[in-house]
Amino acid sequence: MHETQRGDALDVRIVGLTKIFGAVRANIGINLHLKPGTIHGLVGENGAGKSTTMKMLYGLYAPDAGEIVVNGTARTFKSPTDAIGAGIGMVHQHFMLAEPYSVLDNIILGAEPVQKFPKVFPRNFPRIFPRALCPINRRQAAERITKVTAQYGLDVPLDARVASLPVGIQQRIEIIKLLYRHARLLILDEPTAVLTPLETRELFANLRRLRAEGHSVVIITHKLEEVMAITDEVSVMRAGKMVGKVETNATSVEELAALMVGREVNLRIPVKPAAPRNDSVFEARNYTLRRAKAGPDERSVVLDDLNLRVRAGEVVGVAGVEGNGQREFFEAMVGTLSAGAGGKKGYRIAGHINVLSTPITHASSSEVRSLEIGIIPYDRHREGLLLTHDSRENCMLGYQRRPEASRRGFLRMRALAATSASIFETFDVRPRDTMLEAKAFSGGNQQKIIVGRELSRNPRFVVAANPIRGVDVGAIEFIHTQLIAARDRGAGVLLFSSDLDEIMTLSDRIVVMYEGRIVGEFSRGACTIEQLGMLMGGGGGDKRHG
Amino acid sequence: MANKLAKILQPVAAVTLGLLIGASVTVLAGENPLHVLRLIFSSAFGSRYDLGMTLFYATPLMFTGLSVAAAFHGGLFNIGAEGQLTLGALAAAVAGIVFPDLTAPWGILLAIAAAVVTGAFWGAIPGWLKAVRGSHEVITTIMLNAVAAGLAGWVTLYMVRNTESQNPETMAVGPGFLFTKFGAFDGAPLTVAIAMAVLSSVALSFFLRRTRPGFELRAVGTSEPAAATAGISVKRMQVFAMALAGGIAGLAGIGDVLGAAGKFKMGFSADYGFVGIAVALLARNNPLAIIFSAFLFGALHKGAADLDFETENVTRDLAVVLQACVILTVCADGFWELFKRRKARV
Repeated sequence: MHETQRGDALDVRIVGLTKIFGAVRANIGINLHLKPGTIHGLVGENGAGKSTTMKMLYGLYAPDAGEIVVNGTARTFKSPTDAIGAGIGMVHQHFMLAEPYSVLDNIILGAEPVQKFPKVFPRNFPRIFPRALCPINRRQAAERITKVTAQYGLDVPLDARVASLPVGIQQRIEIIKLLYRHARLLILDEPTAVLTPLETRELFANLRRLRAEGHSVVIITHKLEEVMAITDEVSVMRAGKMVGKVETNATSVEELAALMVGREVNLRIPVKPAAPRNDSVFEARNYTLRRAKAGPDERSVVLDDLNLRVRAGEVVGVAGVEGNGQREFFEAMVGTLSAGAGGKKGYRIAGHINVLSTPITHASSSEVRSLEIGIIPYDRHREGLLLTHDSRENCMLGYQRRPEASRRGFLRMRALAATSASIFETFDVRPRDTMLEAKAFSGGNQQKIIVGRELSRNPRFVVAANPIRGVDVGAIEFIHTQLIAARDRGAGVLLFSSDLDEIMTLSDRIVVMYEGRIVGEFSRGACTIEQLGMLMGGGGGDKRHG
Repeated sequence: MANKLAKILQPVAAVTLGLLIGASVTVLAGENPLHVLRLIFSSAFGSRYDLGMTLFYATPLMFTGLSVAAAFHGGLFNIGAEGQLTLGALAAAVAGIVFPDLTAPWGILLAIAAAVVTGAFWGAIPGWLKAVRGSHEVITTIMLNAVAAGLAGWVTLYMVRNTESQNPETMAVGPGFLFTKFGAFDGAPLTVAIAMAVLSSVALSFFLRRTRPGFELRAVGTSEPAAATAGISVKRMQVFAMALAGGIAGLAGIGDVLGAAGKFKMGFSADYGFVGIAVALLARNNPLAIIFSAFLFGALHKGAADLDFETENVTRDLAVVLQACVILTVCADGFWELFKRRKARV
């Protein structure tokens, strides 16, 4: 085997890489050159084949054709272990960390330095115990990690429990994990999706430092602004093919978007000013939520005296970093706060929530669902879809009690087929096959199924949580247009999002949540992204860092 | 088309392979595996009586398989079918003892209702514990099996004991509670109970696919957060799923209590509740497929029964080995994938 020398710069060429899944040609003849000391952006719509390419590069998939050439030698990676051996590592969008373990243990997991034999044995004594039985040498591990972190200026508390650290630090741990294993090419999948603006800035600073040390970085992302900010080169994929490679300073967001989608796209859809009526469709009055038993890393007051009103015909955006109470607020108005199996989660509630003039402070989700409400939940895989069910059932989910879906307990199969077909048509879900399981669709199309399901019944109040998370540019435009259309039909929309662009584009009013409180309120155009970012981080600095 | 064919052929091939692997164990005992398989086959299907017995054994397995599958579609693992069927069977017998004078259709209907209600109640307990207390149903159902066995023993021995027998069994049920045996099977105690089992499979399949509560039950089984967001009460559905599972399992004993024995005999169940897990597993929890997998397991049970007399070294316990091997080969998904990929590359 040809092991890459540690510390070598890594020059990786992907030549004609092809991968076919059944009838889906995920990658067709992909060529890509990743030069040492550059940050390379990889963009494309969902299902364009970016992750397939990266998974082949990272040893998770075996290519059907083509090769990966590392420093002039063609290599086959049978597993991520092979790839990391060659200096290629990946940070996944969902971190692969053992949360109850310490930072140190997470970093060395699977590559633990072990205790040397007792000194009575001569130094070259053959290894008699299998490595797995030797005790871990944490002192040596700490030394090695500190060397890495000092070299790149990546600061982490080695003894802290991972679960207690903010997302930005967790991501840093993932990066250190790779550097500890001598990775020279880092692949980051949607690295900024969960970060605050401040954390994003820190991440970018760290990436620039890595670049200066001769590492190369690949960033897979949807956020074209960030591509412009951090990368040196950008490659664009569409429908399994590489459709363009450009120098970052020779291109623009608009050009990249057009390359990705294959046509001109409105990144920020034009929004006419709202014409709100004076009747409120949603109202929270002095709403306070406390945990009966707070864990060591939790605040006991989750929501603190919230007052918020959404009128018919306006979009109210709730900006905030995740984990500041928006999720619980969302669950409170949807009726799922204590719905899980195994008893109540133990919340104490004060104050009131009204939806469409109906008090729902203590209502169950089925009572909420009987109102004219549309719900786009945070996590489409967990809460929004039944992944292994066909789309006819998914287009009914939440509305199964409506007379058009079931009569006297029997499902109206023909009506369901018609409803789903019309949702697929109106909301342009592709492929137009309503018998497919939900998991067979790309993220953007899955989200379109949810949006279609929730908006096609003309709700008077819409709650949308991160409606465009992990959704491609074309679908973003579409989903935003649909939300605004719902508004213009007279619905009140409450939008939760950690994407400030989205908040700024859609909202007629913006409120900022921080640690369970509303810490700022603006009307459209009355604030800058910087102002919002400051408030989201707790007024200028994220105190969790300090 | 080719896809559908493969879907049917795959389990058939898997079952055959499992039987061959399982039977080859007998080489260690100095027997000819093919001879052993032939013995099993002829003992299961060799005569009308044999076929009747195979179907008789398949009946309770169909019910318990459906019970496990029903709970599984709701995301729950029902290991308590054994206890549910024990109490269901006992309730049917008690009904027949308390009202011995009821006439034909009413007696049977009453016994069936008693079996379903008692089984459902026994199943609802772990469901309720899961929903309200978060107790894992695997633990509670296993424990309730022991409780059910003790309870059944107490009722049988101290309340409705058959004093004329040395065996731990209840008095006989009234004549209006007995199924008539089918004549075509040379005296095998096969009754209309098997038709009820097949009907239950069809009914459960319809319920899960075509009704709103069935959809809600499956939604909870697929994703609790998604179901909750969709306005489905996860807790209520869990209690319901376990009650449904218990009610179906409660029927597993009727073929015996209202047919073959005419009374409740302690220990009449040959671990039907546990074999039901395997039956459901083999059928991938598809109610219609359970008809066939219960038939297969019934055949193994009957077929292996004669091994004690017919061979020197192999006992009826081989049935368990065969079941295990069949389950392993059927569930070896990865193996099939490997097979497909090989073919694709050629």
